[in-house]
Amino acid sequence: METKLLTEFYHLDEFRFLDGYKKHGGYVNLAKALKMQPQAIIDEVKNSGLRGRGGAGFSTGMKWSFLPKNNEPRYLVCNADEGEPGTFKDRLMMERAPHQLIEGMIISAFAVGSKKSYIYVRGEYYYPVEVLEQAVQEAYKAGLLGKNILGSGFDHDMDVYRGAGAYICGEETGLISSLEGQKGQPKLKPPFPAVKGYLQKPTIVNNVETLAAVKYIIRDGAAAYKKFGTEKSPGTKLFSLSGNVRKPGNYEVNLGYSLNDLINNEGGGMKPGRKLKAVIPGGSSAPVLTAEEAMKATLDYECLAQMGTMLGSGAVIVIDDSQCMVDMLGVLMHFYHHESCGQCTPCREGTGWLNKIVHSILEGKGRLQDIDLLVKVADNMKGRTICALSDAAALPVLSFVTKFRDEFEFYVREGRSKVRGSFYAQMHH
Amino acid sequence: MLETAKATFQLSTEGLAEVKKELARYETKESAIIPSLYVAQKENKGFITTAVIHHLGQVMDIPVSKINEVFKFYTMFNQVPVGKHHVQVCTNISCALEGGRELTNHICHELGVKLGEVTADGRFSVSRVECLGSCGTAPMMQVNDKYYESLTPESAMNILRGMK
Repeated sequence: METKLLTEFYHLDEFRFLDGYKKHGGYVNLAKALKMQPQAIIDEVKNSGLRGRGGAGFSTGMKWSFLPKNNEPRYLVCNADEGEPGTFKDRLMMERAPHQLIEGMIISAFAVGSKKSYIYVRGEYYYPVEVLEQAVQEAYKAGLLGKNILGSGFDHDMDVYRGAGAYICGEETGLISSLEGQKGQPKLKPPFPAVKGYLQKPTIVNNVETLAAVKYIIRDGAAAYKKFGTEKSPGTKLFSLSGNVRKPGNYEVNLGYSLNDLINNEGGGMKPGRKLKAVIPGGSSAPVLTAEEAMKATLDYECLAQMGTMLGSGAVIVIDDSQCMVDMLGVLMHFYHHESCGQCTPCREGTGWLNKIVHSILEGKGRLQDIDLLVKVADNMKGRTICALSDAAALPVLSFVTKFRDEFEFYVREGRSKVRGSFYAQMHH
Repeated sequence: MLETAKATFQLSTEGLAEVKKELARYETKESAIIPSLYVAQKENKGFITTAVIHHLGQVMDIPVSKINEVFKFYTMFNQVPVGKHHVQVCTNISCALEGGRELTNHICHELGVKLGEVTADGRFSVSRVECLGSCGTAPMMQVNDKYYESLTPESAMNILRGMK
């Protein structure tokens, strides 16, 4: 069953406008937060156990406390560069509840002492940008942004920035490069953005869902928030369910929810006559689970880590028995090769080779040793680069080849898919 | 870069005003490069040329090489001409599972173009793109700035045929 904490009013059209949002408790918690000590807000967020909802799952309160304790100007940046294949929750949140994000951001900005924030939205999201820009204007007119917010003496400006199509800008230092008007290439860490970020100033980058959740931690308190989810993965989470299920969509459930229930209850189960083959539980970068593993999995950081995969962005991609795993790996490798920013050799060259090798198998030109070559190349890409894209490309390869090796071997031996005709030739006419 | 000798691009008065506004909007003027490329691309029939880059360099007072590297990095800036309706079909995993690649092929076939080509009448161009965040309503396509979701080959063609 869904637990609608953040999404409670998403079905109401009025919720996207200031008046409608206020009818349902909007900005009451901003007023409450502005009367608190900033450090008390940070402590509350830390105690709530909230973890970053964009992919890495790092403690939000901890991230905030890495900021230098001085008066140096600092920035808050909302990462709305949603691009992890399979993920479409931030888009929903921006389209349906822009003020929920803005309120969460002003509270967070007040907590960390930031006078300026940006919402960095992926370039293709024209409509969400339009909705957000209108909402920011509404907030300015109502005195919720700008000088002396609600008479508190706190000043804060907010702006929306549109990216221009680059998966790598979802990586926080890549995002910062892009916001600075550069190529979106990630930077070496340390220094971490909290110390030196946007324009070399301390910067906090948080995901849309993370910042929106802050409002509810202030409303109900850390202890109440922790009642949702599991002990180590508190709270609710939006899961983007896609692929071969009857009812794909965004569903908000408690962390720790059964993956089986998400697919078979919320998702309505498999299509007629089809069986589950595999599930990618946390966006395309997360190692794949077999159907058997998936049925035992719960959707929390710990369980999925124990199973050798990750919760990631919460994008659950369901693959049925009509699909060819070699073909699907080809789709993923095309993507990572296209999106590698090119600055680190293992990633730039590695993604190219992985793409080439898997497509040579798909063309019927594969050799048995190519399967081990995929594993070898992928192994050499792990942990050797500035950012996580290289690992994100390597991990699916290792899990696909290990868990579905028979499909790869069949493809090489027979020159065709064990399951269906190769799509390779048709895509390259 | 030699073609700059016959540079012909110039922003309209409104376009220039928009670029000036973006230049004043952020902490540094480099942050205005991406927004300004959008303005210029719109005024140059949907793609960026060397002349466009040079003109932006001049009005923004930013080195051409700097604007050029930003332009080349991001996929939403087109390096070649596109149709009046630029059709981008998602072929990443969630869409591929639900027929995104079959949809791409169907659209190309019906319009009589290959990926990356523009139809003879200049109305359409088709390309395949990576995940656009519409995975729960797969397959999908983006035409210029609008999303069309939960498509079938037939419904997609009906939408495209209805475009002027």
